[in-house]
Amino acid sequence: MKLKLISAAVAAIVAAAPAMADLTFSALSYRTGPYAANGIPFADGYQDYFTLLNERDGGIGGEKINLVECETGYNTEKGVECYESTKGSGALVYQPLSTGITYQLIPKATADGIPVHSMGYGRTSAKNGAVFNNIFNYPANYWDGASVAIKHLLDLNGGDLKGKKIALVYHNSAYGKEPIRTLEELSKKHGYTLTQLAVDHPGQEQKSQWLQIRRERPDYVIMWGWGVMNQVAIQEAVNIRYPMENFIGIWWSGSENDVLPAGEGANGYKALTFHNVGSDYPLYDDIKKYVVDAGKAAGAGDQLGTVLYNRGLYAAMLAAEAAKTAQAMHGTATITPQQMRDGMENLEMTEDKMTALGLPNFGPSFKVSCANHGGDGFGAVTQWDAKAGKWNMITEYMQSDQEVLNPLIAGDSEAYAKENGITPGCN
Amino acid sequence: MPDQLLFGTEVFLNGLMAGVLYALVALGFVLIYKASGIFNYAQGVMALFAALTLVGIMDGQVPFAHLINAVFGTEVHHFGWNIPSFLAIILTMGVMVALAWIVQQLIFRHLVNQEPIILFMATIGLAYFMEGFGDIMWGSDIKKLDVGIPQGMNALIDEVTYGAFGYGFFIDNLDIVAAVIATILVILLVLFSQYTKQGRAMRAVADDHQAALSVGISLNFIWVMVWSVAGFVALVAGIMWGAKSGVQFSLSLIALKALPVLMLGGFTSIPGAIVGGLIIGVGEKMFEFLIGPMVGGATENWFAYVLALLFLVFRPQGLFGEKIIERV
Repeated sequence: MKLKLISAAVAAIVAAAPAMADLTFSALSYRTGPYAANGIPFADGYQDYFTLLNERDGGIGGEKINLVECETGYNTEKGVECYESTKGSGALVYQPLSTGITYQLIPKATADGIPVHSMGYGRTSAKNGAVFNNIFNYPANYWDGASVAIKHLLDLNGGDLKGKKIALVYHNSAYGKEPIRTLEELSKKHGYTLTQLAVDHPGQEQKSQWLQIRRERPDYVIMWGWGVMNQVAIQEAVNIRYPMENFIGIWWSGSENDVLPAGEGANGYKALTFHNVGSDYPLYDDIKKYVVDAGKAAGAGDQLGTVLYNRGLYAAMLAAEAAKTAQAMHGTATITPQQMRDGMENLEMTEDKMTALGLPNFGPSFKVSCANHGGDGFGAVTQWDAKAGKWNMITEYMQSDQEVLNPLIAGDSEAYAKENGITPGCN
Repeated sequence: MPDQLLFGTEVFLNGLMAGVLYALVALGFVLIYKASGIFNYAQGVMALFAALTLVGIMDGQVPFAHLINAVFGTEVHHFGWNIPSFLAIILTMGVMVALAWIVQQLIFRHLVNQEPIILFMATIGLAYFMEGFGDIMWGSDIKKLDVGIPQGMNALIDEVTYGAFGYGFFIDNLDIVAAVIATILVILLVLFSQYTKQGRAMRAVADDHQAALSVGISLNFIWVMVWSVAGFVALVAGIMWGAKSGVQFSLSLIALKALPVLMLGGFTSIPGAIVGGLIIGVGEKMFEFLIGPMVGGATENWFAYVLALLFLVFRPQGLFGEKIIERV
């Protein structure tokens, strides 16, 4: 009897354990908590893309994809717990989906030899792969975002921002403070004055900040917000009749969730992006056919084509492409996390490749290398059309000011290397 | 008038308005604490749940649609009708009364005469349950709430002050409506507790459960009534805050704004919640205006608590709270 019980237990454990021959990807998602409205579309897009690969292509290189999802609630401690509890599943890469979690995982994942991809968030200087061997933040980071915003304003002002007043409304956290250094450096170069307006978490009350904006009348407002802070800021801007076309949010302040509560008033609000918007791509035909119509869509299947769904889709696609690169490099379909890291470090995304994947004109072309884990820093600007209820990309992809950013990245990453006793170098 | 004085006056007025919104949340805490000695941790979540229910009813959303679709393989999301906001508010109030009854029957009836900390823990459990329940019932997407309350700058105040001082003051129409509603609410609540049979019974229960029971007051009825009134206050707070940011999970965090108000105004005084709200609102806004720029801004959250603590040092029961006398 005892033997039977032990056998049954062993069988149950074996059945419950992930199939190690599969390619395991982790999804540190947040479908609950204050940020669930943003976490759900991203997680759905991420999951749906892998479901599509499994259903249409039989996985990647003939290996099925095993997606291990863990709920973080956008909480750093829970995120770290998720990492610790799932890393044994053989996850090839972690996408923490939170700057706080990313910072915690940088030393842990590096020690464990598992790559981390923080796409459009996390530690900006991780772009220096010679210091941050296992951390990647392509195709763009926060400093790229700040620089692209200024480039857009330069374009609007004939290349001259001298004497202009720019206000930065930011979430009073490590995330919100990320662009300050870049914007300060760029203000020296372009001659604008920068006013910094911090908003305390969660950002439901911003009257003081917007009264100050009303008094000082800055020419432009840039926002680094998240969650409820975005909706309140946009509503307050509408209330004080601030021209919405002069109000630009980072890509985490530019989803449908952020503008819909303000209704018509949000028309003209702008946001940065590193991928295109909408669902008018051939890939979506396949998603409908193999995922949605087959009843295999993640969540309620109602997020297709939203900004954050597209971002999740794009993140999964870049992970899958890195896995393919790793398989080709190492001549095996069943790659390890370390081989995945190699694939990420040699990833090249071109417009031809994107078109072949069914996403023409969706994301910028970029090439990753040991010295450059962050891509080439291309971003674009989108604008909200309240009447049509959709975002439109209104610029081409612009490259961030590498002349200003590269020394900042080098300085910050070298300081990190010194603090942590890392000898920078490429394998 | 010098510019700084003008700006300061505008900030002061907006502080008063913000204070009213804080007081709306604090009122719900006061009502329940006054009648039952329970510090209701779930008050913020009640505001969220009430606002979610209101939007759901107005938009004809099918409750538990996600769950129903997952279990039965259906594709139901909406009933296909929209309900006028006034009727939806009444229906939502019905839901809040039902919730009060359920909470009383399933939780607090079984905890009569328990230590306050046990009752407090029960409300923590209730808060987390309601968060998840609201999520499953109405979904976690951010919903636009429009019950017809005007929003944006009040043009009349802007014009009048511009004519008088050469600078138009910004006052949000929504804040003005909130101030009027809060005033009416406080008057009604004071009249109710002072001049109606149920109100007097409520105060009797608050003073001494056992004595109230001995004279034939139904503890059960009074507590259901109080939780229902607190549900109504939560609905009003949910509408006001939801109109500013959309109805979303973060609404539950507005309770954090009420705590310093309660510390300052006292846990048992309805006028105290209003006065406390106004002091906190003005205090935090003026501090941010005058001192904020020198210390990097974002002072409002912590300064509200510093202000409340300062009051506590000199008056532990709060400005209007009942003085704690323990006979030995």
